[in-house]
Amino acid sequence: MKGILSYGILRGLIGQIVGWAAGIGLVTGIRALMGLAYKAEPAWVVGAALGIIGFLIGIGAFRDWFAWAKGEETPDPEEIHEEPGVKRYFGYSLDHKVIGVQYAFLSLFLLVVGGSFALIFRVELVQTGMQWVTLNFFNTLIGMHGMTLIVSILMGISAMSNYAVPLLIGAKDMAFPRLNAFSFWLAVPASLVLVSAIFTGGFDTGWTGYPPLSIRAPMGMQMFFVAVFFAGWSSILGALNLIVTILRMRAPGMKMFRMPIFAWATLATSIIALTATQLIGTSFQMVSFERLFGMSFFDATKGGNPILFQHLFWFYSHPAVYIFVLPGLGIISELLPVFVRKPLFGYKWVAMSSLGIALVGFLVWAHHMFTSGMEEYLRVPFMYSTLLVAVPTGIKFFSWVATMWMGRIRFQVPMLFIIGAIIVFLMGGLSGPPLGTVSTNLHMHDSYFVVGHFHATMFGGFIFPLFAAIYYWYPKVTGRKMNDLLGKIHFYMLTPGFLIMSFGQMQIGLLGMRRRIADYDPAQGFETAHLIITIAGFMVALSVLIFLINLFVSAKRGEVVTENVWQSRSPEWTVLPTPAPMHNYPQPIRVVGDPYDYGLKGARYVEILPQQAGD
Amino acid sequence: MSTPEAALTTYKQKLANNRLGLWLFLLSDSFVFAALLVTRFYLLGDKRPHLEQELGLIVTSVLLISSFFANRAEVQISKGNRKGFLSSIFITMLLGITFLVGVVGFEWRLAPFGPADGPEGAVFFMMTGMHAFHVLTGVIFLFIVYRNGLKGHYSPEKHWGVEAAVNYWHFVDVVWIFFYPALYLIGTL
Repeated sequence: MKGILSYGILRGLIGQIVGWAAGIGLVTGIRALMGLAYKAEPAWVVGAALGIIGFLIGIGAFRDWFAWAKGEETPDPEEIHEEPGVKRYFGYSLDHKVIGVQYAFLSLFLLVVGGSFALIFRVELVQTGMQWVTLNFFNTLIGMHGMTLIVSILMGISAMSNYAVPLLIGAKDMAFPRLNAFSFWLAVPASLVLVSAIFTGGFDTGWTGYPPLSIRAPMGMQMFFVAVFFAGWSSILGALNLIVTILRMRAPGMKMFRMPIFAWATLATSIIALTATQLIGTSFQMVSFERLFGMSFFDATKGGNPILFQHLFWFYSHPAVYIFVLPGLGIISELLPVFVRKPLFGYKWVAMSSLGIALVGFLVWAHHMFTSGMEEYLRVPFMYSTLLVAVPTGIKFFSWVATMWMGRIRFQVPMLFIIGAIIVFLMGGLSGPPLGTVSTNLHMHDSYFVVGHFHATMFGGFIFPLFAAIYYWYPKVTGRKMNDLLGKIHFYMLTPGFLIMSFGQMQIGLLGMRRRIADYDPAQGFETAHLIITIAGFMVALSVLIFLINLFVSAKRGEVVTENVWQSRSPEWTVLPTPAPMHNYPQPIRVVGDPYDYGLKGARYVEILPQQAGD
Repeated sequence: MSTPEAALTTYKQKLANNRLGLWLFLLSDSFVFAALLVTRFYLLGDKRPHLEQELGLIVTSVLLISSFFANRAEVQISKGNRKGFLSSIFITMLLGITFLVGVVGFEWRLAPFGPADGPEGAVFFMMTGMHAFHVLTGVIFLFIVYRNGLKGHYSPEKHWGVEAAVNYWHFVDVVWIFFYPALYLIGTL
């Protein structure tokens, strides 16, 4: 028993169950004292929140902070020597590389869960009429697919930035290692609460949770709100940590304009995540309070205004898509020069374009609301600001194309996914302006065209770069390469499968297929198209399954690599051995050149400082 | 890394990290309050809820005065005056608790509406409730600092805990400077 309990995650789960039960007991007890009968909703909301705190106490995420509050000193993270081995990955670890891998696993787990939800409702859509799920379950799946994958994406970008950013900028660790571990472990119980929404009645609003429907939805809605609130805090604290790390922890000599592009992209993303995320937390909290205490923010019958919710919600949820894609676009710019063996074209412009997208991203939210009944004079300004996003994004595309131009391209597996990402993201980008333009948006709003558009942006901007990043940094984590053949099968199944799916969705969307509906009129003639989309969806799922098999099998049987597999110039490959040691950069390093000078004679980037005497 | 000078350099670097982290946290938190201000003006426009003006003025003064003592606490510890530091923290805490009693204990009872009575009630209770929650965490934070101060944990060179608690307290105060006119002064009844 003691052996099992040494796994932090199990202590956390026990803590979550205890906290959850305590919360339900507390509310029920207080209500009983006030002479009120048992009511499920407040009890479960408080239970879910206390359960998350219970998990964090169980895993020990508060231990050091409580010690500080009591005035005790704790050892520096650099002095802590954690036991090497797999067990580190199942408990509270302060090493950013461990936390990065933990994030990646949580992300992939949620990717599988959320993807499976999509497969279930895709099967239902193949035929008209309802075959095998109920209407409420279908709606719940739609919303859960959306939010589970949003959390998965947030975890995925945290995985990439946590693992790669300190290594890329030559830092020993993140600026606040305890906060880093806390952010990760906050997301784990939050994900469990999110999944619990299915078992507590589900909800029928989709992932946006618009009132007034979300005020009347079943109790699963509240679990959804609690989960998003805490996952949002995880994202905020992670972003805070990354900003401080990037601004303050760079190796000597690494000026801002010598930073790798991925660090720039992470900086831009983190600025959005740090600030805008509060808005989704607050808006969901307000709906939650409206349900619990009858506070009429959004119910028009009681003097509230549902449009207000949409403003608050989209102020996060639109910039959120830039949170999702900017790190992925950064990965493309980061890895492309490695596989093309040429300097990145227009380094400064690419670095600034990330910040440009982040800035413009704050000013476009109302383009989701053209049909909502908001003030009409807002439409045109928001249309122009939306189309303005294409400018910094276009800079990135030109840079990629110009970088590849005349390069000696090596078509290794990460490069395949980079090319896939560029193509798919282009499709996502080109389908954007018709939606951003008011006149066409009014027709395409809420249609499958929207679904096709954002799946293309999410795949091109996140999923493909994530896979590229995993294939690329996998040897750094495990000391083994992932299988090339399986990697190529993965790519050549995923890309056509995805494109068929996305184009199919766009096509039937233009023909009038509404999104988020469980059934449609057979006279519309969409059954064949839906069948093809569903088959393509299963192809995507199968390719991901192959990827997961590759991921686990290669950890044991992959080709052993020790040196700089991709001939990268980045310090984590040139300075550190493979796999990475527990503590980064035991010898101090200095940056003496630009990061992407591939193929230039005599170009230098990082050098190891000579050891000082007597140290 | 063994010499005292090196240890102080490390401490100073960590201090700079901590400061930036705290400011980013406050920036992030200010978006919550901004959202609530937007809600207030979107839903109520140029109407304001019917509230006790005298009480509002009193709690506002109490909170503003508390910030003076918070600042004094930080100045005193950086000068090495432990006694002045402790008394200032203690007064800040007391004033913070007075503010909480004034808002939650009195204004919430005296308001002619409950949280479920229309948008006025919703806005008023959400804004004051969210702010009071921050004041409460600030008081807890100050209490921790006070307790550690009694144990003699802070020195003129190393008192990040004091600085953080005090800066957080100022932030909560500044938020109220926006909330007070939004709730009590702007608009007609």
